Amino acid sequence: MTTSLRVVEPGPLTTVQDFGRPGRAALGIGRSGACDRGAHRLANALVGNHPTLATLEVTLGGLSLVADGDVVVATTGARCPGSAPHLAPFVLRAGESFELGMPAAGLRTYVAVRGGVDVEPVLGSRATDVLSGLGPKAVEAGDVLPVGVTGRPLPNVDVAPVPEPTNGPLRLPVLRGPRRDWFDDAAWERLTSQAWTVDSDSNRVGVRLAGEPLARAREGELVSEGMLRGALQVPPSGLPVLFLADHPVTGGYPVIGYVDDEAVDLCAQLRPGQQVTFVAARTDPSDPAAR
Amino acid sequence: MRVLPSGTRGLLLELDSLEEVLERYAALADADLPVLDLVPAGRTILLVGDRDVDLDDLRRRVEQVGPGEHVAGEAAPLELPVRYDGEDLGEAAELLGWSTDELVRRHLAAEWTVAFCGFAPGFGYLVPDGEEWDVPRRSSPRTKVPARSLALAGGFTGVYPRESPGGWQLVGHTEVDVFDPDRDPPALLVPGLRVTFVEAS
Repeated sequence: MTTSLRVVEPGPLTTVQDFGRPGRAALGIGRSGACDRGAHRLANALVGNHPTLATLEVTLGGLSLVADGDVVVATTGARCPGSAPHLAPFVLRAGESFELGMPAAGLRTYVAVRGGVDVEPVLGSRATDVLSGLGPKAVEAGDVLPVGVTGRPLPNVDVAPVPEPTNGPLRLPVLRGPRRDWFDDAAWERLTSQAWTVDSDSNRVGVRLAGEPLARAREGELVSEGMLRGALQVPPSGLPVLFLADHPVTGGYPVIGYVDDEAVDLCAQLRPGQQVTFVAARTDPSDPAAR
Repeated sequence: MRVLPSGTRGLLLELDSLEEVLERYAALADADLPVLDLVPAGRTILLVGDRDVDLDDLRRRVEQVGPGEHVAGEAAPLELPVRYDGEDLGEAAELLGWSTDELVRRHLAAEWTVAFCGFAPGFGYLVPDGEEWDVPRRSSPRTKVPARSLALAGGFTGVYPRESPGGWQLVGHTEVDVFDPDRDPPALLVPGLRVTFVEAS
C-alpha cells in the first residue's frame, strides 16, 4: 500500500510544484513550477529526493497534514512556527500530524516528503499553473496526497545552513530589458533609485510593485512578445510587474528590465508591504555602453 | 534582425515582419540550438537557455543560422472540420465587405499557417496564404467564449482551446478539441503547421 498525506487545512494557498513544463512555450504553455526553485531543490535534497520530484508550495503557512504511514519530511523557504523543524529532515510517524504557522518573514515554504508528492502529472509536470489552470488543482482540506518511493540514499545532513528570507528591504540586480528604449533615462533612474513597495495583489504570476510610476518615452502598442520570469513589465499604469513562475508566455507591454534569474528566487519570498530596490548590474552585457 | 536582451537566460530576436518570423523560426527549430524554448510571436522569437547558458555563444550561433526558407512542408495541411455558425459571422462578414457565404467560401479556400501560439495553452494564431483578413476585435470582449469557438481578429483566425474570456469575432466552431493535455500531441496547432478548414458534414 502506498503512503499518503491527508490534508487537514491547506492554509491560504498550497499547491503541488516541481520544475514545471519547460520546452512547451511555443505551444502557449508556460513553464510554471516552484516560485523559489532553490528552496524546492533544497527541500528535495534534504529528504534524498531527485530534484525533479514534486513538493508542496505553502503560501503564508497554515498547512496542516496527517501522515498515514511513516514518512521523512523537510521544510525550506519561509520558516513557519509550529510542530516541524525547519531546514532539517524529520520523521513523521503514521498518524502524526504537523502544522505550519504563519511565517514571520518570507512568503513561501516548501514541504518535501521522501518519495515526492506523487499526484498525476499533466504534460510531464505536477505543477499547478494558476494562470493557465494546467496541473492539479490547489490543495484542499480532505485531499489525500499519494507519496512516491525513492531508492536514493538519505543525505547525511542534520540541518542545511542557508540564508533565510527576511522582512528587510531587498536589493535586486537588474539588467536592461528588451524595451529599455521605450523609456527615457529619467524612467530608468526612477526604476533604480526608488524603494518600491510590494502590493498585496501579488501572486504566483507576478509581484506587483507600488511607487512613483514610470513614464514611457514612446507611444504606441507593442506586438506581444515572449517573456521569462524576472521580467519587469510596465503596463499603462507605469507600475512594474515582476514576473514569477506562472507568468504569461507572451506579453504586450514593454519589459524595461530583467532581474537576474538567480535572484528571482528571492523575489518569490517577497511579502506584501515589503520594500524592493533595483540596482543596475555593474556589468550588464546588454548595456551598449559596456560593450 | 536585432538581438535584444532578455535577462540572464534569454535573447529576443526582433524581425521586420511576421513572414520573417516564420522563416527564422523554421530555420532555428532545425538548427539544434542549446535552448529549452524557442518562442515565436508577432515580430519576435525568444530563445530561452538553461541555467548554464552562455548567451554570447548562443548569440553567435543564432547569427550563423541563415534566415532559412519557410517552405511549405511536403505533408498535406491539417484538415480541421468546422461549422460556420458563430454569433458574429454576419458582423465579421460586414466588416470585411463580404456576404456571409463569401466569408465562409474564402475561409475554406485559404490555406492557413500557425504563426505562433499565445493567450492560452494551444491557442494558435493562424495567418492566411492570400490576402489579409483585417477584422478588428470586438469593442467589448465577451466574458465567456465557448471552447472550440472559431474566431477572427487582427488578421488572424484562431480557435479557443477552452472556455475563456475573449474579444475575437466568433464565426463558427470546430468539431475537435485543439488542445487536450491528456492527448498526444496535446496541441494540434503548432507554429509552422499548415491548416485548411473543411465544413463538417
